[in-house]
Amino acid sequence: MKKLVKFVSLACASAMLLSTTAFADGDAFKVGGIGPVTGGAAVYGQAVKNATELAVNEINALGGVQFEFQFEDDEHDAEKAVNAYNSLKDWGMQVLLGTVTSAPCIAVAAETANDNMFQLTPSGSAVECVQNPNAFRVCFSDPNQGTASAQYIGEKKIATKIGVIYDSSDVYSSGIYEKFAAEAANQGLEIVSAEAFTADSKTDFTVQLQKAKDAGAELVFLPIYYTEASLILTQANGMGFAPMFFGCDGLDGLLNVDGFDTSLAEGVMLLTPFAADADDELTQNFVAAYKEAYGDTPNQFAADAYDGMYAIKAAIEKSGVTPDMSASDICDALEGAMTEISIDGLTGEGMTWTADGEPNKAPKAVKITDGAYAAM
Amino acid sequence: MGKKLNKTAKSNAVTYGMVVAAWAVMMVLQSQGMVSNSISGLLVPVCIYSIMAVSLNLTVGILGDLSLGHAGFMCVGAFASALFTNLTVEAIPATWLRFTLAILVGAAVAAVFGFLIAIPVLRLSGDYLAIVTLAFGEIIKNFLNILYVGKDSHGLHVSIKDSMSLGMEPDGVVIIKGPQGITGTSRDATFTIGIILLLIALFIVLRLIQSRDGRAIKAIRDNRIAAESIGIHITKYKLMAFTISAAIAGMGGALYAHNYSSLAATSAKFGYNMSIMFLVYVVLGGIGNIRGSVIAATILYILPEMLRSMQKYRMLIYAIVLIAVMLFSWSPAAQQFRERYSLKRLFKKNTEKEDA
Amino acid sequence: MSFLSYLINGVSLGSIYAIIALGYTMVYGIAKMLNFAHGDVIMIGAFIVLNALNVMNLPLIPAILVAVVGCTVLGIVIERVAYRPLRNASSPLAVLITAIGVSYLLQNVALLIFGADTVSFPNKITLPALSLADGNLVISSVTIITIVACIVIMAGLMLFINKTKAGQAMLAVSEDKGAAQLMGINVDGTIALTFAIGSALAAIAGFLLCTAYPSLNPYTGSMPGIKAFVAAVFGGIGSVPGAMIGGILLGIIEIFAKAYISSQMADAIVFAVLIVVLLVKPTGLLGKKIQEKV
Repeated sequence: MKKLVKFVSLACASAMLLSTTAFADGDAFKVGGIGPVTGGAAVYGQAVKNATELAVNEINALGGVQFEFQFEDDEHDAEKAVNAYNSLKDWGMQVLLGTVTSAPCIAVAAETANDNMFQLTPSGSAVECVQNPNAFRVCFSDPNQGTASAQYIGEKKIATKIGVIYDSSDVYSSGIYEKFAAEAANQGLEIVSAEAFTADSKTDFTVQLQKAKDAGAELVFLPIYYTEASLILTQANGMGFAPMFFGCDGLDGLLNVDGFDTSLAEGVMLLTPFAADADDELTQNFVAAYKEAYGDTPNQFAADAYDGMYAIKAAIEKSGVTPDMSASDICDALEGAMTEISIDGLTGEGMTWTADGEPNKAPKAVKITDGAYAAM
Repeated sequence: MGKKLNKTAKSNAVTYGMVVAAWAVMMVLQSQGMVSNSISGLLVPVCIYSIMAVSLNLTVGILGDLSLGHAGFMCVGAFASALFTNLTVEAIPATWLRFTLAILVGAAVAAVFGFLIAIPVLRLSGDYLAIVTLAFGEIIKNFLNILYVGKDSHGLHVSIKDSMSLGMEPDGVVIIKGPQGITGTSRDATFTIGIILLLIALFIVLRLIQSRDGRAIKAIRDNRIAAESIGIHITKYKLMAFTISAAIAGMGGALYAHNYSSLAATSAKFGYNMSIMFLVYVVLGGIGNIRGSVIAATILYILPEMLRSMQKYRMLIYAIVLIAVMLFSWSPAAQQFRERYSLKRLFKKNTEKEDA
Repeated sequence: MSFLSYLINGVSLGSIYAIIALGYTMVYGIAKMLNFAHGDVIMIGAFIVLNALNVMNLPLIPAILVAVVGCTVLGIVIERVAYRPLRNASSPLAVLITAIGVSYLLQNVALLIFGADTVSFPNKITLPALSLADGNLVISSVTIITIVACIVIMAGLMLFINKTKAGQAMLAVSEDKGAAQLMGINVDGTIALTFAIGSALAAIAGFLLCTAYPSLNPYTGSMPGIKAFVAAVFGGIGSVPGAMIGGILLGIIEIFAKAYISSQMADAIVFAVLIVVLLVKPTGLLGKKIQEKV
């Protein structure tokens, strides 16, 4: 016990030295962000954190509405996310831009609904994330992506025999797969093999690929994240299996995997609202600024967060709320304003929101050609 | 003998008193509005992790077997109780009754799993037992990740493929959605309920330790063969300790499930890493020291939340402290060193042997 | 044809498990402890290879040698600092819990040094794949090299244990530590040597694992590590050929379970194998019954 006490008193002393207090200055809105910046999903949280900071700095430099931004880590864990939310409330948060991943987002959404805190999630794609009137999202919902993918493949007659490899332990992946399978039947697509993997065995895909190969799949649908997709492409190449590959926004980032032979990604198609190589001015400026500040190419999560910050700004301007109002009053005003604004953002032009929290924007399909995204 | 009994009674009273005092202080502070949001959000988790640490200490400290599947029992308890709550949310409108029943369901289902797992586990000991409990925990997690349960007018539907193969009527609702788990569970857990559950867990474990059964269990820990030779029924006592421990873990899981509206069997929350986290609480609080477990769980849960800026180094610090504590308290060389230079000896008070 | 291809993939995966399992089984046989951190030594080994290739620009073979040396030193240091002081501890749990602490330590050190992002491991084995039966059965060069490496390592270890003095000393220590000491065998040195060999093998396993499944992050080693321990138990802990057979069988079981039962339940099935083996034959396929001493 003595050791423990000593350890604790030491730690407490260091806590006191380290703790910093945020002072409210009354003329800036306090925006909080929550997402994983450590652990396995850190890439996504880091992207959201960086892009939001970038957007906040830009907006503050314009001199109009001013923001203060604070970001807390949730390690992609529901419990940690609620703790992070509580500590942001202590800081004086008035609007929440988060959380980044679905399961923690659902837990935090219950808290924000309780407190009547306005919540805009950049990338929480599960249906339940925005089921309350105070919550909106920037990204597409999972069902939307699954349905859209099946429609796209069916309407463009890309293939009819489809193999699917999905992560059964991941909400995003299994959510898209279910809706894809449901819509595939309507589109006259035949799912010849649907094989899952889990978070604990996501390195060996030879079995899943072999099954797709044996079943004669012309196209393999990958509603998964890019890390696993890079392995699948490598292993498919190793076993001489070369179907078409089609994925969703999770595949964005594939070309930036360290050490991955990007020539294997040639011809991969993906449905994503954002492509870092797009040639419009907005995207190019954003990518350049992001690269300069963080030395990294922004992914779709970063784009969602960036658009989300501008959406909050637009909604605040529309509703005319001021930073001295309470979080609950701001929430009431923003709920209405969100459905009236229209944003030309990185992830879509003329984005609007419906009262149920979903964005209206068109998914773009891109194909990887010569190591870059090309519109299809 | 009489003196010793008094001493344990006193020590137990201190343990209960400490918990009740913590509750009273927090309640007073809360009524004065002096508790920040982040602290009040940590109160229930602190109870959950204290319960888990107490439960694991029964297996590790008293029974002397290392279980690395404790998060699995917690997971089973959480899912069973959340399923129960979601199924009966209309049938039982009284929250207190529904939640009490849900906790009992969670504890009972976890106890059944504990019992089933204990049967093969009993033949093993040491490292093998640790790895088998780890395996069971992972199997439970893996299974819950592909489990889909829905309810419609025809009753319950279960599938281990996807929610479409549940074959439900249009009015059906999917309750357990595979990797997404259970969402929207009524958030019934409060600090007071958490404290009551912690007191129940403490009462069960402390009573067990003092009882005749508890002495038998400790005898098995200290020397299995000797215990067997004097007629102690090893299977019975091991089963008993293991099942009780699992039931308490299930209770902790039930509390967890009703504190967040999202429950998923992720590796981070219910994988073996979490079991190891509980083990860290037990080891740093003192193996076999029940009060220490509560204190260690409380401090080790609150500290990192207060030190969010040091998050990156948290697990590194835990790892180093874990190794250092083990080396310091268990290596024969360090034990000799402490005996030679202990304060007690310096002050010539080494007449009684009493662990701190 | 797909059956054959599953089988080959199973043997390839199993060969990696076998090499890892050798490290577990030797340490368990001689030091009587479950080195929980073994899987993480593999991860460190893979990171050393990666950095030797990318940062130091070494060719492949020297890069692997650097990793072998690095892991050997790491293994010896871990044994000396964390495990040796607890060898005679009163509770058998002490050293196991410490090993868990070391495992966490390695993961978190790697997290701080190399970051949490998964990196793709470069494939430096550029030999062409073997194509049989008109391209219906393709065996990649990595698979062949993995299987060959496993056989070579196994044979080398058997020779070392049976034909050298140090190997005989290992056998003696694993039989009876006290008696071995009385016979003039340096027990501390022998155990350190065992850790050194196990860790050197871990470096090679790390390279093969990440070449076959080219993704690497600080947690890469833990799951294969645990599965390899299952393989070691399956084959009979303490037995070198047992680790080999257990590893390969486990690899085949895992791939077949994925292919023919359920790709979602593959891990659960692997762990179920462990439980069944321990219930039916706790000493594993080739293990010896250890009499408990009072």
